[in-house]
Amino acid sequence: MNAPTQQQDTTTPQPVLPGWFTLDVKQPQLLGTRCTACGTYYFPKLTTYCRNPDCDSESFEEVALSRTGTLWSYTSASYQPPEPYIANTPFQPFGIAAVELERERMTVLGQLATGTDLGTLKVGMPMELVLEPLDDGKLTWKWRVVGA
Amino acid sequence: MSTNREIAILGVGMHPWGKWGKNFVEYGVKAARDALADSGVNWRDVRFVSGAATIRNGYPGQVAGATFAQALGWQGAQVNTSYAACASGSQALAAARSKILSGECEVALVIGADTTPKGFLKPQPGDRPDDPDWVRFRLGITNPTYFALYARRRMEMYGDTLEDFARVKVKNAKHGFENPNARYRKLFSAEDVAASAMVADPLRLMDICATSDGAAALIVSSVDYARKIGKGNAPRVAAISTVTPSFASALVEMPDIATDSAVACEAHSFRAALPKKAYEEAGIGPEDISVAEVYDLSTALELDWIEDLQLCARGEGARLVREGATSVGGRLPVNPSGGLACFGEAVPAQALAQVCELTWQLRGQAGARQVAGARVGITANQGLFGHGSSVIVKC
Ligand SMILES: [Zn+2]
Repeated sequence: MNAPTQQQDTTTPQPVLPGWFTLDVKQPQLLGTRCTACGTYYFPKLTTYCRNPDCDSESFEEVALSRTGTLWSYTSASYQPPEPYIANTPFQPFGIAAVELERERMTVLGQLATGTDLGTLKVGMPMELVLEPLDDGKLTWKWRVVGA
Repeated sequence: MSTNREIAILGVGMHPWGKWGKNFVEYGVKAARDALADSGVNWRDVRFVSGAATIRNGYPGQVAGATFAQALGWQGAQVNTSYAACASGSQALAAARSKILSGECEVALVIGADTTPKGFLKPQPGDRPDDPDWVRFRLGITNPTYFALYARRRMEMYGDTLEDFARVKVKNAKHGFENPNARYRKLFSAEDVAASAMVADPLRLMDICATSDGAAALIVSSVDYARKIGKGNAPRVAAISTVTPSFASALVEMPDIATDSAVACEAHSFRAALPKKAYEEAGIGPEDISVAEVYDLSTALELDWIEDLQLCARGEGARLVREGATSVGGRLPVNPSGGLACFGEAVPAQALAQVCELTWQLRGQAGARQVAGARVGITANQGLFGHGSSVIVKC
């Protein structure tokens, strides 16, 4: 329901995974679902059968996930990943973060915003979601230190 | 009660790990023949062949049991093939145990072998956003990413250092140096580890295991049969745990992009659940363990496993390594075989290789890497898609 419906022209960056996040450049959010019976969140979206072993719900609502969380851990991709990752030549290493979302009680991975210095990171730091292009120009979500 | 559920390990065999460029069947047959010779059992007396399948050779999940049975000479045994990623060997062993304990057969061959491709493991081609493996690679998240996230978390939560991780590598290299089945038989220093290329901060090339060709096989039987052929003292399989994770996942697991949400169910550690079930099944506790073979996909992951096996309190793993407790000669040796660090992962053979090592250790046949007075050993491993296992072997 929060997914953008406007016409996309060819110059607008396309999302790498359509429908996985809003295209609000200022306040982007990941799009998941939530079981209407037990409240469990799902990212990626689940719309079939709830995976909580004690819940037999088949009813889900789409929800935008919290766009801020705390840093659970972080690393780098120092070697070029294999396909389907698409890399510029020469390959530019990038960072990856795992961020805990408090309300959803889940941890979500994503690249770190371009230019993030791993040496400045500490577990527990507040992080926020941003949109940036991958090397092939497709938009993806990334994690950035709040206020960076 | 537990004694009735045990089976005997009559024989073990391996094909050395490496990159030999041969078909996996050749490796498997070598391992099986060695295990048969070690057991003294005639091939025709093996009435069940339980193979661990590889997904990378031919027909996924279909070929292992029958292929090895044919290569050894079809003699009308029943066959089975198990696929459970890194736990495939343990599931094949569990299938053999069920046959034996139900009285359907007395002796079984359990076998796994693999030929692995070079480089990164990568997903099938095509545009497949419904496949979590495709999604994470599309975003640049490789296998070392997960190991590195866990490693960094240890550093921040428990104060582990890069030197601690290097100590694991140095220790395992020393163990594997004495193992004729290991692929890498070379001593390394902490400086060597620090000088190797960064792969996924804080892990360097020498912190992360490679993939290898290899094969491992076991001849297992009922305890009665073992006694009948004069092998009543053979090491016993006391537990095989192959439980699934419990919702919700506490850790983001390969190949997922996120953990489960723990809003409605509390978060559970899968790694910790695997040995817990094994201890319960065997009716023993971590204090009884004299040696462990764990899945050191990375150096730091060995420390996680030591804690998941409850061999020390959470966060104390690095201290054990610093004290030398986990070295052969220490009070609780871990990976006396050299572990994945010296073998490289040969997926369908690896869980069985762990059991081979424990068998040699419990028989006192491990040579220079022998753990003095080893009485009870435990294995642990975890692979893709909720597969994992833990096996307890005892004298
Ligand atoms: Zn539910």
